[in-house]
Amino acid sequence: MSTGVEERLYSIRYKTDDKSHLIIKDQDVCARCTTKECNFFCPADVYLWHDEEKATSVAYENCIECGTCRLGCPTYNIEWVYPTGGYGITYKMG
Amino acid sequence: MADAHFNAIVVGAGPAGSAAALTMAEAGLKVALIERGEFPGAKNVFGGVLYRKQIEDLIPEFWKEAPLERAIVEQRMWLLGNDSVAKFGHRNERYLDPPNCWTGLRVKFDQWFAGKAEKAGALPIYETVVTELIRENGRVVGVRTDREDGDLRADVVIVADGVNSLLGKALGAHQEWMPDQVSLAVKEMIALPKEKIQDRFNLEGDEGCTIEFIGQTAGMAGLGFLYTNQDTLSLGVGVMVSDLKKHHIKPYEVLDSIKQHPMIRRLIQGGEVKEYSGHLIPEGGFDALPPLSGDGWMLVGDAAQMVNAVHREGTNLAMLSGRLAGLTAIKAHQQGSFSAGMLKSYDDTIRASIVFKDLKKYRGMHSLMRDVDSELLFNKLPQALNDAVYQMLLVDGVTKKEKQKSAIKLLRSVAGGNMDLLRLGLKGWRAMNG
Repeated sequence: MSTGVEERLYSIRYKTDDKSHLIIKDQDVCARCTTKECNFFCPADVYLWHDEEKATSVAYENCIECGTCRLGCPTYNIEWVYPTGGYGITYKMG
Repeated sequence: MADAHFNAIVVGAGPAGSAAALTMAEAGLKVALIERGEFPGAKNVFGGVLYRKQIEDLIPEFWKEAPLERAIVEQRMWLLGNDSVAKFGHRNERYLDPPNCWTGLRVKFDQWFAGKAEKAGALPIYETVVTELIRENGRVVGVRTDREDGDLRADVVIVADGVNSLLGKALGAHQEWMPDQVSLAVKEMIALPKEKIQDRFNLEGDEGCTIEFIGQTAGMAGLGFLYTNQDTLSLGVGVMVSDLKKHHIKPYEVLDSIKQHPMIRRLIQGGEVKEYSGHLIPEGGFDALPPLSGDGWMLVGDAAQMVNAVHREGTNLAMLSGRLAGLTAIKAHQQGSFSAGMLKSYDDTIRASIVFKDLKKYRGMHSLMRDVDSELLFNKLPQALNDAVYQMLLVDGVTKKEKQKSAIKLLRSVAGGNMDLLRLGLKGWRAMNG
């Protein structure tokens, strides 16, 4: 009965903006980060560290706007704002 | 929009914001209700239970028309072991007339509730983000939105922008919530035929049941819940963000393992997941309450950490705070002053209410969760209790006296000795009775 995050996110309606509302302030800070906690605590798997590129990718289009990364990043390296009005997630039930 | 002037602007059309807007609009104030979602409720998630009292204070006999799911007749608390459960609960017919609380879906309820504020005369401005508060001489005089020419001015701004209160932070009301002051809850809506839900949970008609469970959260401070709706179940788990950070576990994997627990699995069997959602819950409690008002502004609901986590009460406290802020705005409007001194009367009414008093009672809960090893409280102790009950009820030739002795010994050793068990008990008692 285990399902990945992709299947779960299919259940939510998104209206994706063409610009990200989540911005990594400094990729060098991510490179020095030993825990990479955002790769785990995000309930929508938005963040992924890439060793070769030495960068954290941000799948902002999957974001469910919970704010965990805003408070959870140990160096507050994520600039977090709300998506533009009317964009982002819309729940069916909530 | 540039020239628009309102008596009050409410930022956020959740339970707190809509309650404030409704209260003020009914009194004839010119109110703008701003919401960033496509419609009120679009972004909102809770467990969730809606309580009668605080809604009734705004809309008498609302349950005859409001979109509600099931009236809760039974509440259960489960302590989960690996393959077992110890249960507590209470069922009472008196909870039905009048109903004490209902399960609900926020997308439906929040739309209906905001609609009430609209009908009373509040101007809905949806799909609009407030990007900042406009301040002049230290006083909040309006909001800047992400619409073109999107400045709006008002005598007072009621900040109801939820747990991620970027505006509350901009006001300096709070610095930033610490990761141990919030929990991340993830939830799934699982569809099942009505009859199956009624049979599995021992319900008739519109009766509903809630189950809260402790244990099986991978040793993290957290609480699971399984609530009955008309033809769906709400299954979720909330975990303290500081623990989630430490454990490197994905939140939905905790949910997955709970779904496979033998006591949960059979209740959701055959169900289809209709929606996944996630949201932060402010759980800092009494000591996290920020300043609630200032020159031209008031802070309500989740934005002010008004959640009683022990009793899973949040939307009711939000609505109460919204109503009290609304009443203060009405008084300020009548007296023609929205100064910090005037709006302080909102703080006073909060202090006299259950928001303040109940959070104060459980004041120690946050430090208990923060300071005591989560592995002990949320894994070892529930497991030990299950093992102790198992042994007590198992007839295997060992004397009852012997069994009781080893049960106590087990609990003691898990807690780290007699003194530690006593200390934990005392700390727990104090946390519940601050």
